[in-house]
Amino acid sequence: MGLCFASLALGIYISMKIFNIPDITTDGSYTLGGAVTAVMLTHGQPGYVILPVVILAGATAGALTGLIHTKLKINALLAGILVMTALYSVNLTIMGRSNLPLINLPSLFSIISLSGNSNNNAFIILVAFTAIVAFLIGYLLKTDFGIAMRATGNSESMIRALGVNTDKMKIIGLALANALTALSGYLISQYQGFADISMGIGVVITGLGSVIIAETLINWLRITSVWLSLTLVLVGAVLFQLVLAVTLSLGIDATYLKIITSLFVLLIVGLPRLTRRAA
Amino acid sequence: MIEINALTKTFNQGQPNEVKAINGINLQIANSEYVIIVGSNGSGKSTLLNLVAGSILPGSGTITIDGTDVSKLHDYQRSKWIARVFQNPLSGTAPDLSILDNFRLASLRTKPKGFGIGVNDGFKAAVKEKIALLNMGLENKTDQLMGTLSGGQRQALTLLMSVMDDCKILLLDEPSAALDPRSANVVMQTADRLIKDFNLTAILVTHNLKDAYTYGSRIIQMAEGAILHDLSSENKTVLTQNDLFSWFS
Repeated sequence: MGLCFASLALGIYISMKIFNIPDITTDGSYTLGGAVTAVMLTHGQPGYVILPVVILAGATAGALTGLIHTKLKINALLAGILVMTALYSVNLTIMGRSNLPLINLPSLFSIISLSGNSNNNAFIILVAFTAIVAFLIGYLLKTDFGIAMRATGNSESMIRALGVNTDKMKIIGLALANALTALSGYLISQYQGFADISMGIGVVITGLGSVIIAETLINWLRITSVWLSLTLVLVGAVLFQLVLAVTLSLGIDATYLKIITSLFVLLIVGLPRLTRRAA
Repeated sequence: MIEINALTKTFNQGQPNEVKAINGINLQIANSEYVIIVGSNGSGKSTLLNLVAGSILPGSGTITIDGTDVSKLHDYQRSKWIARVFQNPLSGTAPDLSILDNFRLASLRTKPKGFGIGVNDGFKAAVKEKIALLNMGLENKTDQLMGTLSGGQRQALTLLMSVMDDCKILLLDEPSAALDPRSANVVMQTADRLIKDFNLTAILVTHNLKDAYTYGSRIIQMAEGAILHDLSSENKTVLTQNDLFSWFS
């Protein structure tokens, strides 16, 4: 399950760490990914059509946030909230109702059979899927375009003086980030066997938590390599889910799950600062 | 060649805090001229520089570079001609990127940034060679993050970055104002050397009258958004430092 969130974490990593934009669209585009997947599956669309549509849907949502943020000069947080809120209706319209079960429909995990055990099978597929996505993003960040992307969030005055349209770059970046988020929705809805209108609520925290775990590790180990950073983001995503799973297995009421999530993220964010002050 | 015609810029037009920053300036700068602009705070020199760079667009008037009217082009569209060094050392470089990546972007100033991987061994060697010219011992630290360097080192590298790609015009906005005297000297001398070696047209905005006296082939004093003094090379050489001080008294 942690691996399902890996691409979400990569998306948040791109918007938050690379572009320095806190992007809340995530909650909506994640559900959008799930909703599109569910509806297309129930209508018997083949998998190779669903995947690009999901990516495109997520990218459109992200590009909208980007457009609102750059062209209308509206605070990124607010732009994200606006798009996220609007997406709620969009998602509900797409699904037609608040919950769509996908039991007995062919999913990514049932079509491809690499192992007799369905759990192992899902695991292998997810690892492969995540590896491909991470590889593509890693490669992108290494290219000249990728360097320009990283510089956009880092030193806007510099990169404009070097001939990059930063507005365009931010729109592309947010589109990419939300396409990745939608991909997470695509995976999780097939993995869990349903899409739900509220599946995206608070999911941005999951992504943030993963990225922050990764960031703490990156700072700790003084990592500058793009590949290692991306790997740590993936590790962060899995670690985050593990911690939640452990908390639940300790017998804590599931009602408290979200508050525990929040507290956990707070802990990771706060811990390095507290220890630094003590030192 | 830069031609500026009847250029004006007003901030907060029609409001009580209206500022006429540039008040109908006409100016022609020939190729390979090194123009120093001095003037007190609020005289409009930085605004003029930003107008030439395209970070702000003029209220009226035109700016032409090599016969092309660039008045309505944004800064990222003018990078074809113009390289910049900012007052703040942080503005000219990306701190979380390696020196190498910064130079890679600089080498693509006039070109599109594509989906190929451009940082290869050949490029690395070329950057090292360039950086070695600075004599700062930075040539073996190209994988280090830009943010780990001092302001003086970053400013010197920003200068070097501006000649990584075809460059005609160099805009220097008080490049040494945030530096200690020694680093400031290194940066000013590097700038002077690059301008001469690469035959650049350059505009330097400065508050440092000693620099204004030492460097450049032409000096302009601005006041209230207009040009007060304009001395070309013959007249600048006979100008004494005392004359320059008297402009401000």
